[in-house]
Amino acid sequence: MPADNMTVPSGPKPKKTLSAHNIILYGVVGLVCFYYLLPLWVMVMTSLKGMPEIRVGNIFAPPLEITFEPWHKAWFTACTGLNCDGLSRGFWNSVQILVPSAIISIFIASVNGYALSNWKFKGSEIFFAILLFGAFIPYQVMIYPIVIILREIGLMGKLGGLVLVHTIFGMPILTLLFRNYFSGLPEELFKAARVDGAGFWGIYFRIMLPMSLPIFVVAMIIQITGIWNDFLFGVIYTKPDTWPMTVQLNNIVNAVQGVKEYNVNMAATLLTGLVPLVIYFVSGKLFVRGIAAGAVKG
Amino acid sequence: MTNVSIKDLTLEFGSLRVLDQLNMEIAEGEFLVLLGASGCGKSTLLNCIAGLLDVTEGQIHIGGKNVTWEEPNDRGIGMVFQSYALYPQMTVEGNLSFGLKNARMPKDEIKRRVDRAAEILQIEPLMKRKPGALSGGQRQRVAIGRALVRDVDVFLFDEPLSNLDAKLRADLRVEIKRLHQRLNNTMIYVTHDQVEAMTLADRIAIMKGGVVQQLATPDEIYNRPTNRYVAGFIGSPEMNFFEGSLEGADAATFVTGGVQLPVGNYEFSTEKAANAAVSMGIRPESVVTGELSSKEPFTATVEVEIVEPMGADTLVWTKLAGVDFRFRMDGTASVAAGDKIAIGFDPSKGSMFDAKSELRL
Amino acid sequence: MAEAKRPIRLLRNMNSKIAAIPMILTAMVVFIGCTVWTVVYSFTKSRLLPKLDFVGFDQYERLWNSNRWLISVENLFIYGVCSLVLSLLIGFLLAVMLDQKIRFENTIRTIILYPFALSFVVTGLVWQWLLNPDFGVQNVVRSLGWQSFTFDPIYDANIVIFGILIAAIWQGSGLIMVLMLAGLRGIDEEIWKAARVDGIPKWKTYVVVIIPMMKPVFITALVLISSGIIKVYDLVVAQTNGGPGLSSEVPAKYVIDNMFRAQNLGQAFAASTMMLLGVLIILALFGLTQIRGRKNAS
Ligand SMILES: Nc1ncnc2c1ncn2[C@@H]1O[C@H](COP(=O)(O)OP(=O)(O)O)[C@@H](O)[C@H]1O
Ligand SMILES: [Mg+2]
Repeated sequence: MPADNMTVPSGPKPKKTLSAHNIILYGVVGLVCFYYLLPLWVMVMTSLKGMPEIRVGNIFAPPLEITFEPWHKAWFTACTGLNCDGLSRGFWNSVQILVPSAIISIFIASVNGYALSNWKFKGSEIFFAILLFGAFIPYQVMIYPIVIILREIGLMGKLGGLVLVHTIFGMPILTLLFRNYFSGLPEELFKAARVDGAGFWGIYFRIMLPMSLPIFVVAMIIQITGIWNDFLFGVIYTKPDTWPMTVQLNNIVNAVQGVKEYNVNMAATLLTGLVPLVIYFVSGKLFVRGIAAGAVKG
Repeated sequence: MTNVSIKDLTLEFGSLRVLDQLNMEIAEGEFLVLLGASGCGKSTLLNCIAGLLDVTEGQIHIGGKNVTWEEPNDRGIGMVFQSYALYPQMTVEGNLSFGLKNARMPKDEIKRRVDRAAEILQIEPLMKRKPGALSGGQRQRVAIGRALVRDVDVFLFDEPLSNLDAKLRADLRVEIKRLHQRLNNTMIYVTHDQVEAMTLADRIAIMKGGVVQQLATPDEIYNRPTNRYVAGFIGSPEMNFFEGSLEGADAATFVTGGVQLPVGNYEFSTEKAANAAVSMGIRPESVVTGELSSKEPFTATVEVEIVEPMGADTLVWTKLAGVDFRFRMDGTASVAAGDKIAIGFDPSKGSMFDAKSELRL
Repeated sequence: MAEAKRPIRLLRNMNSKIAAIPMILTAMVVFIGCTVWTVVYSFTKSRLLPKLDFVGFDQYERLWNSNRWLISVENLFIYGVCSLVLSLLIGFLLAVMLDQKIRFENTIRTIILYPFALSFVVTGLVWQWLLNPDFGVQNVVRSLGWQSFTFDPIYDANIVIFGILIAAIWQGSGLIMVLMLAGLRGIDEEIWKAARVDGIPKWKTYVVVIIPMMKPVFITALVLISSGIIKVYDLVVAQTNGGPGLSSEVPAKYVIDNMFRAQNLGQAFAASTMMLLGVLIILALFGLTQIRGRKNAS
């Protein structure tokens, strides 16, 4: 169509800042952000209001009078069953569960991944395949026999038992994560270290560990959020005294007796969500990398 | 005296047999190059010698000792890798001394050895740097240094220069040769680059499919390749091949596509048989052009099809006896497509192979 | 020369084998052992305590005659199909939206992904509050003047599962979005250039070229979503606790309640075995399509 070419303007490309396309695009972006932020907004606003204001007002509206009383109550005096010392108990329980679980599970999984990528032995791949398959077995299938095992070794209802359970169920995904990472490191590095006379542990601690800090951070993120957010194992393998925060939260909010204090409930909910949220906002890109890495192969 | 000897070595990855009943004797102080196309099992053989792979069958002896099941660090070897494989979190000094520390060597001895290696390789100013802050050539020097400090009799190199650019490669090649002359220890050097092989080696082992095709001096490999694969592999541009047969009373003529090549002076290494199907190989370098060509036992006039100037010399593509025929001319020669050139060569200095078994005749 | 003895197989690579013991124990004792144990005991009439009194398929018969179980399975099915379709669709659309070179991309991604850091308990409680008809969205819309507006999924047995679905999508779609976005970014820029040169409209390029190229990402997402679906438990417990009545029960909850409340272990084992069977069927189907796909490719 040579005739068309003649009419094409030869000046600079016309600028379009407010095209219809852009208006629609940013409109949709705005709506999406609204939907995702709404619950957080409502949580914060509700937790800062007094009960009278909640009863008459609109849950989206900011508080007319800001009060931190609900936060105080949620942390120090909210009741679960007979205990009325607030969520702080659950928080410290969760911390006590989290720290050893995260450290032990990551250590074991990283050594597993290292053995699987650099020191394969006959059958190691089969065990690994079973381990990965185990990630798909519904927890409900294994829960009761584990109760029996924990009872036999005297860890039922104790923090140690829950640590063991988290180590076991974190193993497939973390082992996969570390195996893939170590397999991605140059094999010649490992060979060089062997020629240099370093053994299994020497290479792990002196060569591999210093090179793998990012993946350890990723594993930390996965485990901290995963263990902190766990509810099922907490309910089953601990007693009310040692309940983790999520379980205690659910019992506070969904308690049948007593008057519902929505502001305290929302403060408690926010408090429970705070740890993973902080991890999330602080770790930023690594969090994304962590879940993407965890997602590979499922 | 033999330093490294490999006996009936077989290695399998699952059902894949990578090395097959391999035998090799390497003398003390010898520079042996393992040459072959990528994937032919060179690195695998080297890793077996180093003890980084468990052999399926066979034995490996180093310095008279059977080391088949020894750990790599107990075999008296040092190894240099293609990717340098420097420990990224350690300084150059740390890299050099890591192996010695693992061997619990006294501090002053470590220092003495590291200093000596640094001096030999001229990397003293780099000792406090991390590998990330070094250039490719410097890294490879450090990697060589790591083998050097071990003070061993056998050096293993796995394509140490392949990651470097052409100029550095040439420089470091000379340095490795110099190092060998100075230390005079046994070196086993893997490469897929025939220039490296030809320039460095006392002997070259050409491998294909886990089997050594020919183990001989560079000169012998170039001039008397033992089979058609070796002939085609060594030399660039590749040898010209003609398919034909030996004719005449005492099989003194090679006939291909209506052209007769006199091979009366050919040194047969086997019984010659008339009328057998034979491949004849002529190196592009052995073709003479111009006036001098008339003195050669075989002459012809060919038409130039393509000219590839390469600076020092010019590669000319023509057809002879109906097949592609390449030869080299001086870089200053002026030729163009369509020119007619007189060429000549001595077919007796070529190589002939049985067409079926592909073995040298 | 003496032939060196081939060392004993078992002792070679010993450190690696020792290091792999936790993995081997987890794979063999927990993932295989406990699963087999549960399947075996599902054929017994265990009630308060596990007993090896075999009763054949009695438990399964009772299970499939139980109204509560049928509701649970139906709910899981509706929830599963909807959450699969919606997650993939929304996740992909969000990723496409973020891929339009929009401003504040990082901020928006952070907003969409943050719910994923929260636990299901927190998610369930927030949405319980938002969907509370007396205070939440319904109340707010009514107070704006639209008196007949009804939106109370949590209190309406017919649609309660969709109330849970809203919360689940809010929590999980960010993850799918991140995966899809990584997939989109992984596609060669030149594909886009080629499509532009060929004059293919943008939307058509997505449908015809990009989506087929992203097949591996979709498969990962699919596996991830499905393995989440079968596990759904915490969210239901926190948001509705199975109510109103039995209308939002799910299989995982059926198992736990029978195991630890109703003291009907046999039922719990049978139900969890059914869950396992469901997973196995899905995995088998998935494997079949993979094998067929590979055959077609070669
Ligand atoms: N760890 C391994 N597992 C399976 N096959 C391997 C392994 N390492 C090498 N191979 C195969 O063995 C053959 C030889 O490999 P290699 O020795 O690395 O060749 P090269 O001569 O290029 O160094 C190749 O076909 C390669 O695919
Ligand atoms: Mg190699």
